[in-house]
Amino acid sequence: MTQFVQNLIDGLGNGSTYALLAVGVSMLFGVMHLVNFAHGELLTISAYVIYGMRSNDISWWATIPVAILSAVMLSMLIEFVAFRRVRTASAFTLLLTSFAIEILSHAAWRIGVSSTPRRYTAPDIAFKVVEVGPFNIEVWDVVSIGVAVACFVGTAIMLRTTMFGLSIRAASEDFDAARLMGVKANRVISGAFAFAGLLAGIAAALWLVRRGQADPRMGAEPLLKAVIAAIIGGLGSLPGAVVGGLALGVAEVYFRSWLPSDLQGLTDSFVFVLIAVLFVVRPQGLFDVQSAERV
Amino acid sequence: MDQRQHGMILEIDRLTTRYGALTALHAVSVHVAPGELVALVGPNGAGKTTLLSSTVGLLEPAEGTVRFEGRDITGFDPAANVAAGLALVPERRRIFKDLTVAENLRLAGTTVAKSQRKQRMDEMAELFPALRTKWDLSAGFLSGGQAQQLAVARALMSSPKVLLLDEPCLGLAPTMVDVIFALLDQLRSQGRTIVVVEQQAQRVLSIADRGYVMRTGEIVAEGSGPELAGRSDLFDTYIGGS
Repeated sequence: MTQFVQNLIDGLGNGSTYALLAVGVSMLFGVMHLVNFAHGELLTISAYVIYGMRSNDISWWATIPVAILSAVMLSMLIEFVAFRRVRTASAFTLLLTSFAIEILSHAAWRIGVSSTPRRYTAPDIAFKVVEVGPFNIEVWDVVSIGVAVACFVGTAIMLRTTMFGLSIRAASEDFDAARLMGVKANRVISGAFAFAGLLAGIAAALWLVRRGQADPRMGAEPLLKAVIAAIIGGLGSLPGAVVGGLALGVAEVYFRSWLPSDLQGLTDSFVFVLIAVLFVVRPQGLFDVQSAERV
Repeated sequence: MDQRQHGMILEIDRLTTRYGALTALHAVSVHVAPGELVALVGPNGAGKTTLLSSTVGLLEPAEGTVRFEGRDITGFDPAANVAAGLALVPERRRIFKDLTVAENLRLAGTTVAKSQRKQRMDEMAELFPALRTKWDLSAGFLSGGQAQQLAVARALMSSPKVLLLDEPCLGLAPTMVDVIFALLDQLRSQGRTIVVVEQQAQRVLSIADRGYVMRTGEIVAEGSGPELAGRSDLFDTYIGGS
């Protein structure tokens, strides 16, 4: 039982990052029908910002807000430069555009910085463990879970109470009908990219504090997990993205804990088999989504 | 022509709209004077919905112009047109089912000053008593008639100078159709300018100031509403029994 609870805490800490990313992925899918594979590049820019600032001995307190802000800015820039012009194109065109941005980003970091990882020192709190009864709890897991919960609650309040939130919900259900209500297409899409960038920036900060290095392709794997989490939850469903992200994080930790050491390298494979079984039972994901006219 | 240039609030001039290789509208011209109720009738596929969508900016016309209050708004974003006073109640209502009735209305007040939004919502509650008790209910739970009333209420939130309605009676029970026609009458008596696309051609033409008959993307007849309603040749040839 102790191990079960221990794994649950570790898994929720792990899954918080996926869930934050997945909410952004799902939000963008809702308003644009875009699975944005460039979303992982927001983690990459945050990592290089952290590397750059930490290399110059700038404190973590200053570094983290700038890293988050860089993700927001890049997300809005990607929307403005790449997606705005193809907004009404087919879903396939949008998907190809996102892949193109991802590839360009990798190349830019390789040419502009280096293809080898750049390391920075993680703060002490990143690996600090406290004993609470029979449990060894990593402080950063608790911070991650707390920050993620605050973000999810904040997102829910934003979606319920603000005009921007209503616009996002309406646009996710029927974009053209939202435009007929006076919702400005560019503004709601740009806002969605900014908000998804904010969540990605926060996810990046939580993840990168422990990671200790930046490299050009580092955003790809968490983004893949976030996309899978969003699909598990039902693409376009924000609560589904949260549940999907947390479930994926927890599943990873449980498999890693239960599998014999010589099979631990196959943890992702076992998780994906589990997901495949889920999709056989519920192809639409865990949450049903009222969808959505193309933009 | 002078009357068109000086007296019309909405002038659609030689509008052509295409879906790829298919031309859905062929140089269609429609003119609406302030306070008029104008009916657009015709069989399915005549281009009525395409005409309204092109007018408000949901579709980009290939040729022709749309002028609203004398200003060329061809291809403008629908949001800009709503802010200017041109609102569309789309076919099949397209209310936001995941939003509550109140949230639907609040969103529709996005172009209204925040200080006036609540007052406007109160006005809608008065105009549509059936919605008053459903305020916090998800719009997906409304009946067809209530949903249509919400769709109209949403469009009225922005106090449009011209209200376009696309098949407001589609799929409604006969009693609800009466309610919608009564509503049209009420809106008209308030001096609102209305353009309505309706399958119940005879009925809508009989209350309209003027009407246009469309077929395969063209205007095939125009005139006063009652006059068109009385022309059995039109119904036999273009519209069908109604």
